[in-house]
Amino acid sequence: MNKGFKGGILAIVTMDKDKVTGGGCPVFLAVDQKEQEKLGLFLARILDGIVHDLENGVYFICRH
Amino acid sequence: MERYLVAIVVGIAAGFLDRLIMLRSDYRFYPTYPHGYLTHLALGFIAAGLGAVAIPAIAKPDYVAVTFLALAAQQFREIRSMERETLSKLEESKLIPRGPDYIEGIARVFEARNYLVILTAMASSAVAYWWRWEYAVIAALLCIVFSTKLMGGSYIGEIAQVEKGEIIFDGSILKVNDVIIMNVGLTETRKKIMREGMGIIIKPRDDNARLTLDAPGQRMAIIHDVVSILGSKVDVSETELRPLARKQADKGYLALFLVANEPDQEYFMEIVKRVPVIESTRGTALKSFFGRKAAD
Repeated sequence: MNKGFKGGILAIVTMDKDKVTGGGCPVFLAVDQKEQEKLGLFLARILDGIVHDLENGVYFICRH
Repeated sequence: MERYLVAIVVGIAAGFLDRLIMLRSDYRFYPTYPHGYLTHLALGFIAAGLGAVAIPAIAKPDYVAVTFLALAAQQFREIRSMERETLSKLEESKLIPRGPDYIEGIARVFEARNYLVILTAMASSAVAYWWRWEYAVIAALLCIVFSTKLMGGSYIGEIAQVEKGEIIFDGSILKVNDVIIMNVGLTETRKKIMREGMGIIIKPRDDNARLTLDAPGQRMAIIHDVVSILGSKVDVSETELRPLARKQADKGYLALFLVANEPDQEYFMEIVKRVPVIESTRGTALKSFFGRKAAD
């Protein structure tokens, strides 16, 4: 289905705010892995995106 | 009854029967609506009528009528764009799209079927006009068998080997055997994929088959056919479990990943074998001189 904006990062969920920098995309801070997973899931559902794991403690939501 | 009348009636009957036999509604789900049937039967009837009057018109001789026939036959080109338009419109609201290549293939087939109907009607009416209507029945049956044979294309099972693949996770990377499918972030999703996901490997038999499977349009067609039978757990805003086909770039084979409503590996493989090879994606490398040279 066509959902408009595709390919870009919609949101970032991280436990370590030093791992992300720059602007243009909202960054959500989580206290632990559990909260990170939950935030990721919620944001993905709301934004119609998919959660990807960069394996350095940073999750991001992207729409394909 | 007048000779030309017999010829026309036999021709129309043969053509219409041909269209009726070629109008199938199967798991590819088209046409599913009674109105779709009606549209195609009506057009088939017109095509049969066109074919049936051609021979009596030439024999009379009425060349003006024949010229008009040629003009009328042009109208059938419209069928292709009609089908393409309908299917492309429906595509916008599909979770798993057919893909433009599949749509083009379907549209072409619908157009070609009408030409086959014209040929069938013309051949049967010719036989009825110059010989007897009993022979025309035989001619019609032969034409119908010929048209059904002609409409059958090749299938994935003929150009490739379909094998079971193992779903594995390398960290967050989902793989089917050694083919990378995608990155999955959430632990829950990974667990679900490990529990319910299925994977298969499609190995092309030659270079032509490899090029066919390379085409994204062909992959979309495979996924669409599988999903229209086994279902998928994709929803409008939950696209993580979207079925995907990715290739092993070095070795040339394809891996297919699916989380189905009916998780049956055996049938999954059987369905993939029966997916038609889309005309517009068919690889023809081995037909060229350098293609054959490069292949060995």
